[in-house]
Parts: sequence; C-alpha cells; structure tokens
Amino acid sequence: MFAKPRLHDLRLICSYTGKVLIGVGLLMALPLLTALAFGEWAAAVDFLVGLGAALLAGCLLAWLGVGEGRPSWIHGMVTAAISWLAAMAVAAVPYWLSGHYLSYLDCMFDVMSGLTTTGLTLIQDLDHVSISLNTWRGLLTFVGGQGIIVLALAFLSSAGGGGYPLYVGEAKDEKLFPSVLHTAKTIWKISLIYLVVGTSTFWVVGMAIGLSPLRALLHGLWVYLAAWSTGGFAPMSQNILYYHSLGYEVVTLLFFVSGSFNFALHHAVWRGDRKEMFRNIETVSFAGSLAALTVIACWGLMRLGVYPGAVAVFRKGFYHLISGHTTTGFMTVYSRQLVLEWGEVALLALILAMLLGGSACSTAGGFKALRVGVLWKAIVQETRRLLKPGSAVFAQRFHYLGSRILGEAQVRSAALVVLMYLAIFALATLVGSLCGYPLLQAAFEAASVSGNVGLSVGVTSAAMPAVLKATYIFNMWAGRLEFMAVLALFGFIAATMRRRGVA
Amino acid sequence: MRSGALLLLLALVSARLFGQVGSAGLIERARELDGLQVEFVGEAIGESMRRGNHVWLNLLDGGGAIGIWVKRGDMPIVVYFGSAAARGDTLRVRGIFHRSCPEHGGDLDIHASALEVIARGELKPETLHVGRMALAAGLLLAAGAVFLSWRRKLKARARA
Repeated sequence: MFAKPRLHDLRLICSYTGKVLIGVGLLMALPLLTALAFGEWAAAVDFLVGLGAALLAGCLLAWLGVGEGRPSWIHGMVTAAISWLAAMAVAAVPYWLSGHYLSYLDCMFDVMSGLTTTGLTLIQDLDHVSISLNTWRGLLTFVGGQGIIVLALAFLSSAGGGGYPLYVGEAKDEKLFPSVLHTAKTIWKISLIYLVVGTSTFWVVGMAIGLSPLRALLHGLWVYLAAWSTGGFAPMSQNILYYHSLGYEVVTLLFFVSGSFNFALHHAVWRGDRKEMFRNIETVSFAGSLAALTVIACWGLMRLGVYPGAVAVFRKGFYHLISGHTTTGFMTVYSRQLVLEWGEVALLALILAMLLGGSACSTAGGFKALRVGVLWKAIVQETRRLLKPGSAVFAQRFHYLGSRILGEAQVRSAALVVLMYLAIFALATLVGSLCGYPLLQAAFEAASVSGNVGLSVGVTSAAMPAVLKATYIFNMWAGRLEFMAVLALFGFIAATMRRRGVA
Repeated sequence: MRSGALLLLLALVSARLFGQVGSAGLIERARELDGLQVEFVGEAIGESMRRGNHVWLNLLDGGGAIGIWVKRGDMPIVVYFGSAAARGDTLRVRGIFHRSCPEHGGDLDIHASALEVIARGELKPETLHVGRMALAAGLLLAAGAVFLSWRRKLKARARA
C-alpha cells in the first residue's frame, strides 16, 4: 500500500501535469495558425479560447507545484494518468466550440480517441469540418501516438534523468539512450522525419488520383498523421473509401505498418542493423499472427461470397485485418457492411487481430507483439519441460534487440498485462450488451476501444448511451497507458481516502 | 440560403415519393439492390477526382456518402462542393448500384448513367462571436498573469 500522500506529492504531480497542459495549449497554436492562414476566423477564435484555457489551467497547476524536486515512480505514474485526463478535458474546448458535437462528453470522447490513437469518432457532419479542426484532430493523434509526456519531456522540461518515471508511466519503457530526454527527442526526431517523407508521398499520390494540389497536401498531412500514429482518423466520413484508390490504400498501409513498429526497431534499422527486422520477436510474432488471421478472415469472406473474386477478397480482407492488427482503424467499407455482410468468422478474426495489436513502444495498442511472442515462448518452454527428464535444465532464448533469455518476471509481467486487457475487453463487452447491443457487435467495439484500434461495426455513435461512452473512454485511456499508471492512480486515490478516513 | 435548403428538402421529399434510395438504404439493402438501377440524391462533397476518362464523385445525404463513378463527358458542372466554407450542389444520379464492385476492388458504389445538378449550393456565412473573443482575451490575460507569477516564484525559490 502507498504511504500517505503529502502536500509535496500533490504539488509535484500538479507541477508536471501543468507542464503537460501548457504543452497541449502551445500545440493549439498550430491549428490557430492554420485557421488564420485559411481565413477561418471563427475557428481561430475557438482555438484562441482553447489555447487560453489550456495555458491558464497549465500555469495555475505549475504555479501550485513550484520547486518540488524530481518525481519518484509513483509521482511519474500518477502524473501520467492524470495528465491524460486533464489533456482530454482542455483539448476538447475547440471541439465543443466548433459546433460539430452534441455534448461535451462527445468532445472528450473524440479527444481521448485521438490521443490514444484509437480513431473512433462521435463528430457530426465530418465532411463539413474546417481545415484547422481537421489539423487539430490529426495533431492530437500524432502527439498521442508519440506520447504527450514524451512531448513535454522533449520540449518543455528539464527533468532529465528524473523524467524516466513519467516516460514509463505513458507505457514507453524503451530507452534508446541512457538519457530519457535524449530518448524522447530521438522518438520525436524519427517521427518528424517520417512526417516529411509521409506527407510528401501522400501529396504526390493524392495529386495522381485527382485531388487538387492543396487538398492533396492537406489530406496527405492529415492521413499521414493518422497512419503513422496508427490513429485512423480521416478527414472525410467515408474514411479511406473516399479516395477510391488502391494506390492510396497501399501508401496508408506502408505508413501505418511502419508506425506500428517499435521505435527501438526503427532506431536499430536506422543505425544499419537491418537484420533486426527479421529476427526481432515482435516482427516475427506480428507476421505469424497476421498471416494466420488473414487466412481465416479471407476464408470467412470467400465462404459467404462477400466479394467478387480472390483479388477483392484479399484487398478488403487483408487491408482491414492489417488495419486492425496494427490498431490503426482505417476502413474502406462502411461500418454496417461489417455486420451485414462479413459474417462471424471474419469478424472474429478482426476481433483477435485488434486485441493482439502492434509492437511495444510504438504508436500501436493492443496486447503488443512482444508480449504475445514472450507468452508463446513460455508455452513452448513449458511444453519442452514436460517432455524432458525432470533433471534437465535449459534456457528459452528469444531475439529482441539482441539475444535474451526468457525470464519468469518477463512472462509474469506479459501475462498480467494481457489479463488486464482481457478484463477491460470483458467489461466493455458487458456494458455494450447491457446497453442492448448484440454480443458480437458489443465484443467487436470493445476490442476496438480496448486495443485503441478504431474499426467499428456502428455501435459507436453520438446516440449510444452516456455510460457506454464513459466506459469506452476509460478503456481507451487504460489500454493506452497499459494499466500501470491507471492502477497507480487508483492506489494513490485509495491511499488518500483511507488515511483521511482513519484520521 | 433558405431557398437552397428548401430545394434540398424538395429533392429529398421527391426522393421518398419516387422510390429513390438513400445511402442508409443502399448500405442496409445492399444485397437486394446489387446490380440494379437506382436513383440517389446527395450533396457533392470534397471535390471530384479525375481518373482517365472517368471521374469519382462522392455524394452525401443524411445517412452517409456514396461514391459515384461517372464518365467525364456526363459530369455536370458542379460549382460548390461541400466543405466547411460551402454547402455543396445537390445532384441526382441514376445508375447501376454495386454492393461490391468487381471493377473497383469490391467498393460499394454507383456507376452513373445520368447525373444532374438539381440544387445549387452556396457559400456559408461565417459568424464571429464577440463573446468568445472577449473570453479568449480574458483567458489569455489571466494565463499571462499567472505565468509571470509562476516565473517570479521560481526565481524566488532559486535565490532561496
């Protein structure tokens, strides 16, 4: 149990949460400038209000927490959990003022969906949204994918080594360098280089498929931001179907698959270690489950004769399977088509893919390929142990940025996280069912929110009950932070309450 | 703006009266309507995309947007496409509906045989809220004051 939280602890948490909110506020300067550049004056005022609210809240919290030293593990975890909720509340201001939402809860749902790179949306009339608001949607996804704490650490904080608990609290435990500040900056450097390459590629392909140069550039930027972040937001209500282009689909696929890879893997490949791509337990695990689930999904589609010919089956089946597996959520079919046409086998394959997810320390969600690989190796190890004499001693090895020996602690940690994912998946499925949705649809949407995916069978809409919206927000938040920070926050609150009660 | 909305309403009412199908109906009854001639009315959104001798156009009604594949020669002049700044022209399309188009990788679409503009769109007037401007100024001033106080507090701490 935690020790009694003192004023010092609260001040420290306030200080770092304040800095994150200031970061969110400063980020609003980008859509504000976009609004000014395109003459969207009303939207510019909305962003000014949002910017003012975020800066005021951030400065107040920072003012309260002045000079409280370096954060410990518990401070880092609690700050990460609270920062994401506080960021959700302030980042929703421009959404609310835009008039495209029916309630503030819907706005917060969309912010959490963006920040956690889920991609489900409750927005109304998406096809008439301003350029600046679309930019804000894309930016939230992009920043959330890399991590809002990583952003604050990289650009706003002098936390240095003391910032590591904050960094881990955001479910990023990969240290590319001994300094967490250096690691955070490298993650941003990798993402910004891809931003230039990705937007340019989408721009060229966009013009080739008939978009005007300006729209090709804007759509290229927005779609890149969503693809790299495995986010799934698109500027049009038809999502990627709007473009009616195989070429555009292929480019989205290249970038969302890249985004779903571990930043450490990107870093290793950039340093010239290309073999890591083919030996790494995450890429091997991902490729294996992707191949198996693609076969199952395509078999399900062919059995029902959903698409005319094998090419169309593969194009639709594989695209959605990999979109779900990388936890992106881009779609080229309508949500209702999944329910009405795809059949149970293909939907179950999609549910499994969404739960498995992409790589650890990437922009992807879900169980993560590393944990799936570790658990698979543990099963193999146990099987070998059963088949060999009791006195035999052997070590199970796996390759993850170097050869490693499988340890009990690793297996336990992986199993616990997977178990917690299954628990929130069950919770959301239960709440969905209690709200009157059929079990398969409730399970599909629950897998989508828990794995931060964004594929939908149509359950997610502004008309769904508020309790379901709140459950989905919780699942997106807990799934993105991978539970540690959320459990720490609950423990922190419980410790505070208990002590007060005793006193 | 009112006349435009009235025309759109008339188009949607006539669509109901003469058995036209909305986007929700096309998606929900896709198997039943697959390969049949349909009539669909919707607002042109985004922009048209030229592909060789054809054009892709997306038409939006209350239930969603549907892709329309039309020959360039059959494409009418669309003045306004729906965006934040404008309500797009309303078009009526007649053509073959595909639940999963064999020519376009399984997309749900309509191959148009006739396409016409039935109501012209218009630019949307932008409304600036004075109250919001005042709120923004107030919030930014307050944030600035707290920021300065925070910096002073930090400096005082550093000196101590």
